[in-house]
Amino acid sequence: MSVSLDIRLKRANKVYHEGERVSGVLLVNSRDALQHQGVSLSLEGLVNLQLSSKSVGVFEAFYNSVKPQKSKLQPNPVEFSITPETLQNVRERSSLPRFLIRGHLDATSCAVTQPLTGELVLESSEVAIKSIELQLVRVETCGCAEGYARDATEIQNIQIAEGDVCRGLSIPIYMVFPRLFTCPTLETTNFKVEFEVNIVIILQDDHLITENFPLKLVRV
Amino acid sequence: MYIFLEISASHANKLVTFIMTPGLLTLCCSGLCINMTVHIIFLYMLYVLHRHSRARKYEAEVQMCRLEVSAVDFSDYHPLKAITVTDSKARRGGRKGSTSSSSSSSSSVVLDPLSSMLDGSDPLSLFAAVSLIKYTCAVSDSNTMLGRKRREKEEEVGSDFEPWSSKRGEILSRFTTTEKLSINLFMGSDKTSSPSSAVSEKVRTRLEELDDLEEVGLVWICLVLYCLLVDMLMNMLSGLVYDRIWSMCADPHPLPESFSADDVNDTAKETCLNWFFKIASIRELVPRLYVEAALLKCNRFLTKSGIQETLQRLTAMIRGIGDPLVAVYARAYLCRVGMEVAPHLKDSLNKNFFDLLATFRQIHGESVQNQLAQQRVEIPIYLTLYSPAIHWILQCVAYRAPEVLLTEMMDRCKKLGNNALLLNSVMWAFRAEFVAMRATDFIGMIKDCDEAGFPKHLLFASLGRSLSCADPPESERLSILNDAWKVITKVRSPRDYINCAEIWVEFTCRHFTKREVNTILADIIKHMTPDRAFEDAYPQLQSVIKKILPHFHDFSVLFSMEKFLPFLDMFQKDSVRVEVCKSIMEVFIKHQQEATRDPVILNALLHICKTMHDSVNALTLDDEKRSLSLLINGFIRMVSFGRDFEQQLSFCVEARATFCNLEPVIIHLIHTVNQLAMETRCVMKGNHSRKTAAFVRACAAYSFITIPSLTSIFNRLNLYLLSGEVALANQCLSQADAFLKTAVSLLPEVPRTISIEGKQRSSEPFLLDFINNFLSTLLVVPDHPEQGVLYLVRGLLNMVQDYTWEDNSDAKIRVYISALPLLAAMSQESYLYTIPKVDSNETLYGGDPKFIAEINKLCETLIGQVLDHLKGLGRDEGVRRQGSLAFSLFGCLLAHGDLRNNKLNQLAVNLWNLSHKHGFCDTRTSVRTLEYIKHQAQLADLSHLSDMTARLSLQSRT
Repeated sequence: MSVSLDIRLKRANKVYHEGERVSGVLLVNSRDALQHQGVSLSLEGLVNLQLSSKSVGVFEAFYNSVKPQKSKLQPNPVEFSITPETLQNVRERSSLPRFLIRGHLDATSCAVTQPLTGELVLESSEVAIKSIELQLVRVETCGCAEGYARDATEIQNIQIAEGDVCRGLSIPIYMVFPRLFTCPTLETTNFKVEFEVNIVIILQDDHLITENFPLKLVRV
Repeated sequence: MYIFLEISASHANKLVTFIMTPGLLTLCCSGLCINMTVHIIFLYMLYVLHRHSRARKYEAEVQMCRLEVSAVDFSDYHPLKAITVTDSKARRGGRKGSTSSSSSSSSSVVLDPLSSMLDGSDPLSLFAAVSLIKYTCAVSDSNTMLGRKRREKEEEVGSDFEPWSSKRGEILSRFTTTEKLSINLFMGSDKTSSPSSAVSEKVRTRLEELDDLEEVGLVWICLVLYCLLVDMLMNMLSGLVYDRIWSMCADPHPLPESFSADDVNDTAKETCLNWFFKIASIRELVPRLYVEAALLKCNRFLTKSGIQETLQRLTAMIRGIGDPLVAVYARAYLCRVGMEVAPHLKDSLNKNFFDLLATFRQIHGESVQNQLAQQRVEIPIYLTLYSPAIHWILQCVAYRAPEVLLTEMMDRCKKLGNNALLLNSVMWAFRAEFVAMRATDFIGMIKDCDEAGFPKHLLFASLGRSLSCADPPESERLSILNDAWKVITKVRSPRDYINCAEIWVEFTCRHFTKREVNTILADIIKHMTPDRAFEDAYPQLQSVIKKILPHFHDFSVLFSMEKFLPFLDMFQKDSVRVEVCKSIMEVFIKHQQEATRDPVILNALLHICKTMHDSVNALTLDDEKRSLSLLINGFIRMVSFGRDFEQQLSFCVEARATFCNLEPVIIHLIHTVNQLAMETRCVMKGNHSRKTAAFVRACAAYSFITIPSLTSIFNRLNLYLLSGEVALANQCLSQADAFLKTAVSLLPEVPRTISIEGKQRSSEPFLLDFINNFLSTLLVVPDHPEQGVLYLVRGLLNMVQDYTWEDNSDAKIRVYISALPLLAAMSQESYLYTIPKVDSNETLYGGDPKFIAEINKLCETLIGQVLDHLKGLGRDEGVRRQGSLAFSLFGCLLAHGDLRNNKLNQLAVNLWNLSHKHGFCDTRTSVRTLEYIKHQAQLADLSHLSDMTARLSLQSRT
């Protein structure tokens, strides 16, 4: 006996807000007579932390050592300026080529349904630029008083400049948040979902320069 | 077109890959495209790229199967192997020295799309393929809303706007190198462009440009071509997606033309939104840009202001493209989409242009220069690759733009250093009137340009193009020409020179006299003669002639230009020379109002016509011969020496010698000479003096010796007859006799079938026609004093008797029957018609009984022959023919015979009865004949007929 069940919601975009009614039909398709004990509807929310083979070690290490970080929200909007001097995690600062990148994000507190916008100007650079990208990262933290696990995942990478772009000309920063991979920023005692955006500048010699911006996403 | 393949695999890959970047593939595989057509297209794309698709039942695929044919064969030999760089993959590898957190990116396993194509179908057959699909789609969709949309758009964009499709064709033709492929490309490029007529021409120019292509870094050309390929693909995608979403709203009523987002249902909106979300996640910049631009129109389904906002955003987004060449083509594409979807939004067009100006310095920047040096490409050649796109952008911007805006743009260009490239496009794209008004300014700017940058002759060519359709102020014209020509004449390369000079000929012809035009022709000859450079420039040289001709309808002025004929001498390839001669003759025939005797014109045209004539050989097609003859005849018709008839005749003699291979011309000459004789007669009012008599005899002699050279037997026969009549009219009796005698002696040579327009037909009807015509002339031909009575008639009848007629044919008997009225007419005392000043037999014999007896004898013989034949028919199955012939003879006797003669009367009655015997005659004709006879019988001298009517019985109707 083969039976197929299909729940068809009335709303095409499947987005519901608090207080709204979820309605639709249930389509039961069966070749023979189907006996049942009644149809009941239930809604479940589920968070699943997956331990991939890659992150398993990391998870263990984090479990005892990492304290939950309090995310500090940048003022809104945010200006930035990137030069060799602003970089961290560099061994020999003197060997770096000179460059100056300025720009701003219109807001770091964004509605999920609205794009992230801003501008970026490559004022000068000794080395040719290969690509400039926006990397959207999801940071999940969970745990309790004894320890926390933190996992960061790239969920979207968008190129905003390709090749050695014109100096001094503002390039738009524009990224639509992917519907299936973003949600409002969530902060509870034991569980957090946060988002960050990295502006990644790849130089001709494949050196990377990144600048990180925490985001706060809300649903309006 | 495999050269592009390898090159692009290594270099242009960054641009190329995006055609099947993960982004796009996600789009196809995401299950979004439920619509069958969209599916098919994507399946097809996959098929082209990976080649493992099977045959389906879709009709559309059947169409596509044809594409297989256009795949270019690969051979081991590869002309570009030596310069192929193949390290593209290596460079894609690990990013060293990363300072970012490690990312578990899901990003692209980019299998090099080009490597997958290397095994057979190259990117350009994909090109052809795509355009073909597009074409099929366009055809099948022509009745859908897409078609309607397009028509609607035309109100904003008038027909004076050059469509992108033609621009694209132009670019393709510039940068495509193999004949086979290019024809494919043109086949699909668009319905609106007219490929068929121009293909051969374009192929030729393209092949000429092959040399250039080897110099230019092929990489760059690839880039341009791929931009175009993408353009086509995107165009197709755009139409399909839009139509699909549109159709989702069609239930229950189709959307109105002017729908707003509110009219669109949720499902359609959701699908549309889905597209945009998917596109937004395409990783690479350029593909994301193109796809979004392609779907610009779909914003209409979502919001009112969507198109405008997106257009602005995309315009800004292009700033992120580092390669200026790729960027400029992306801008051109965006402008094109903008013009199509929202032509009223001028702002983003202007913004695009100003952004272009802002990034202009990049072209001379370090990155580009390094690449050029690496590939050993010269800057002028590299710069010309920009032209089509910049032309296009400027054309969009300048279209119906106010004067102020144009002035502002010009000023901005002026301020920019090294602006030759822009200047060139400004002259191309702005209204010709605008450019013409400021021609002197432009010349100044051109002079200021950097010599090492954009080629100056191209700048002057662009200026010349504007000036050939709009006029600069009168006072400046001469200095403009001088300034321009000073530069043009210094251009070294004959090809560059002629391309530019050819354009300026139009301007010169419009505003100046033959003196200036002559000077320019002299200059062109000077440049093009060394090393036979003209051999490579026939199209341009031809175009020079075509531009001169409309301005010089007075051919005496044209040919008084010293350098015109020497210019023609440069056309040394037969086919081209004939082509040029033909175009000159066409203009002459069209515009020459009066006949001329101007020796300059005659000599020149005779020379030109001789050239055309001499091109005829055994392989020349009939049609070609006909058209050449027509032109030469047109010339001969326009030659008149007025009253100087002898001069005219000697012209005809010369013409005959010159045009001996074209039969229609010879025929025309014979007619001309005959007409000349008749004109002489007219002038002399029929009384020839000794001198004119000698002249008309000379005319007759001309015809007499010319006619035998014709091959068509009926042409000869008819001309002999006609010339005989003309000779007779001019009292040249012996000449007339000779003509007619020759015609008679020619009869046995008439074949039984002749070829008419390629088909074999029986010659019999023509022969009968001719003989009847001949017989009616014979009435006025006097007998030759040294020959027997009626010797021409007898001669003709003898020939008819001996001629091998077709089996089962009554033709001979019909000739006999039609000879009877002639004989009857000859026996009259006063003839039906005579020729003034020529004594015919009527006067010669004066009704001599012997002569009458001769005629009677002849008649009896003929009637005897007819009756014998009738008897013969009665025996066989030929009773129907018998009836018809008997009735003919009856009619003849009734009209011409004296039926008071009992014997004849009896014969007539017998014939009547014979014709009715088997019931094959037409009753209505019989009744009418009978009525006619009764009517005649009432006349005084024909009363005997009433007795006869009583004896003529009608066929019973049972």
